[in-house]
Amino acid sequence: MRATQKLAWTAATLVVLLGLNQIFEHGFGDFQINPYYARVIELIGINITLAVSLNLINGVAGQFSIGHAGFMAVGGYVGTYLTVYYGAAVTGWFGVGVTDAVGGSIAMVVSLIGGAIAAGVAGLAVGIPSLRLKGDYLAIVTLGFGEIIRVIILNIPSVGGATGFTDAIPITNFFWIFAMAILTIVIVRNLTASTFGRALATIRDDEVAAEAIGIGTTWHKVMAFAVSAALAGVAGALSGQLFANPLNPQNLNFVKSIEVIIMIVLGGVGSITGAVLGATTLTILPEVLRGFDQEFPGLRMVMYALLLILMMIFRPQGLLGRREFGWHWLRWPNRSRIPVALTEAGDTKAHTPAPPGDPRSALGEGDEEGDSRG
Amino acid sequence: MASAVTSSAPVLELRSVTQRFGGLTAVKDLSMTIAPGALYGVIGPNGAGKTTVFNLLTGVYDPTEGEIWLRGTRIDGRAPHEICRLGIARTFQNIRLFADMTVLENVMAARHLRSRQRLTDALIGTRRHQTEEREMRDRAMALLRMFDLERHAEERSTALPYGSQRRLEIARALATDPILLLLDEPAAGMNPQEATDLMDLIRRVRDEFHLTVVLVEHNMKVVMGICETVQVIDYGEVIAVGTPEDIQRNPDVIRAYLGAG
Ligand SMILES: Nc1ncnc2c1ncn2[C@@H]1O[C@H](COP(=O)(O)OP(=O)(O)OP(=O)(O)O)[C@@H](O)[C@H]1O
Ligand SMILES: [Mg+2]
Repeated sequence: MRATQKLAWTAATLVVLLGLNQIFEHGFGDFQINPYYARVIELIGINITLAVSLNLINGVAGQFSIGHAGFMAVGGYVGTYLTVYYGAAVTGWFGVGVTDAVGGSIAMVVSLIGGAIAAGVAGLAVGIPSLRLKGDYLAIVTLGFGEIIRVIILNIPSVGGATGFTDAIPITNFFWIFAMAILTIVIVRNLTASTFGRALATIRDDEVAAEAIGIGTTWHKVMAFAVSAALAGVAGALSGQLFANPLNPQNLNFVKSIEVIIMIVLGGVGSITGAVLGATTLTILPEVLRGFDQEFPGLRMVMYALLLILMMIFRPQGLLGRREFGWHWLRWPNRSRIPVALTEAGDTKAHTPAPPGDPRSALGEGDEEGDSRG
Repeated sequence: MASAVTSSAPVLELRSVTQRFGGLTAVKDLSMTIAPGALYGVIGPNGAGKTTVFNLLTGVYDPTEGEIWLRGTRIDGRAPHEICRLGIARTFQNIRLFADMTVLENVMAARHLRSRQRLTDALIGTRRHQTEEREMRDRAMALLRMFDLERHAEERSTALPYGSQRRLEIARALATDPILLLLDEPAAGMNPQEATDLMDLIRRVRDEFHLTVVLVEHNMKVVMGICETVQVIDYGEVIAVGTPEDIQRNPDVIRAYLGAG
C-alpha cells in the first residue's frame, strides 16, 4: 500500500469508528442500544486486544507466557492512576475538563501511552532475565510476576487496594476500545508479516537452527514480549476506565491470564483472525450460557468447560488452526492461493530421516572408489 | 592453483581445542588450519567428535580449552548468531528445518541477519520494508532455483523428500552469505544417484560462492571424491591429515575404522 492509500484507510476507519461511537453512546433517532449488549460489545473489543497481543508471544514466537493479566494490571493501574491524579491538570492546560468529550480524549491518550509504557517496561524487566533461558522458565516467571503485581496492588491504598480502583473516571468509550483493538491487530499483523515475524517463527520452530542462521533469539523474544506486554497494558487502561467496571486485583489473577490463553487456543494458536474469533466467542459464550444458571446454579461453568473439552477433542488445532480467515476462503479450493504450509494437507506427508550408513562398510566402498581413481 | 590458495592466510584456525562433557573428552587438543577456498573433509568413526567440532565452531559450545579463529577474528565464546554473522553457516546431521514454514520462508528467514530494517519499518510498512522484502524473496528464489527446489517453494519444508530437505538446508545456510560452510553428513540417507549429484553441487557451491567448505561425511565415495584434504579424528584426537590417497593408505586410519587389532 502506498502512503496516501494508508492515510485514506486510516481516515476512513476513524470516521466509521466515530460514527459508530456516536450511535453507541447517544443512540440514533429512536434507537438506543441495550446497555447489556453494549457492555458485552465493549468487553469483546478489550478481549480482542488482549488475545491478539498475547498471540504475538504465545502463538507467533511460541513462548508460553501466563502473565498477561499481570501486564494488563500494570498498564491498567498506571493508566487509570494518571487520569485520576493528573487528568484534571493535563486537560486544564487545554482549558477543558476530564469528563468533556475533548478532555476525555486527551486524558485517554495520556492514559493509554502511560499504561503501554509501564506495561512494556515491566515486560522488559520480566523478559530479559527469563527469555535468555530455553525451556519453561517464562511460564514460571510470568506466573509469579502476575501474583506479585496483584499483592503489590492490594497494598497500595491510593489505587483502592482490595476494594478495587473505584475512583476511576469513566473516559473509555466504544471509539477508544475499537481503535485500540484495530491498532493492535495492525501492529501484530505487520510484525508477523515482516522479516521480524519470520524470525519469531523460526524461534518457535527451532531455536538452535534460528541461532545458526544468525537470528539473535533472545533479542527477538524480548522484543516480541515487550510489545505484547505493552498492548496488554493498553487493554488494562481501557478496561479500568470503562463505566462501572473498576479494576480489581481479585479479577486480575492468573485465572484471567488462562482465560486469554483459552481464547487464542480456541481460535487457533498463531492466527490473528483466530484470536479475534476466540476472544469474541469466549466473551459471548458465558453470557449465552447464563440461562442455564437459572435452571441449576453452577451449570453454566460446567457447560463452558464441557464445550472447551469437546473443542479440544474434535478440533485441537483451534477453530482456524494457523490459518487466517479471509476472502480466499470463498474461492474455489484448488485455485486458492493459500500456501500449502498453511493448509492441513502438509501434515500427512512428513518423511522420516533414514539412518546414516554404517561407516565401516562406507570406508570399504570408498577404498575401492579411491583405488579405481588412483 | 593449489599453491596460490594455500599461500594466503587461513580462513579457519583451531588451536589446541579441547571439549569436555563432564568426564568425557569429546575433542582433545585438536588443531586444524583451513585455507581459503578449500574443500576440507573430516572423517572418523561414530562418536569420534566430528559434530562436536562443528558445534564448537558455531558457538553452540564454548571450548573447555583452546582458541578458534576465523579470518583473524577470535570467535570462541561468542553467541552462535554472532558467529553466523561473521561468516560461518552450517547444516545439521539430524536435519533442522523450520517445520511449520514453507520452503521459501525457510530460506528467506536466513536473510534476516543481513536486513537493515528497524522494527518501525515493519510496523509502518516503509519503502525500505517493501524493497527489502522483495530482495529477500528474489535472493531466496534464486537459491531455490539453483538447488532445484523452486517448484516446491510454497510447500511445507518437512513435506519434502529426505534428499530435498538436505539440499534445502544447504540453500538456507548459503542465504546467510557465509565465507565458511560446514556440512554435517549431507549425503546421509541419500541414494547413490542423489549422493553423486550432491558431489557436483558441493563443488559448484564452493566455486560459485567463493566459499570454503568443511565436510563431515561417512560416505567415503563422497569424501574421497571431492575433498582436497581429509582429516581423520578418533576419540576426539587427530590421527591423520592428508590427501584422500594418503588417508586411504594410512595404517592408523585403517586400524581406527576396523577396530584395534
Ligand atoms: N552435549 C553433550 N553432552 C555430553 N556428551 C556429548 C555431547 N555431545 C556429544 N557428546 C559425546 O561426545 C562424543 C562425540 O560425539 P559427536 O556427536 O561429536 O560424534 P560424531 O563424530 O559426530 O559421531 P557420528 O558419526 O555418530 O555423528 C560422543 O561420545 C557423544 O556421546
Ligand atoms: Mg555427528
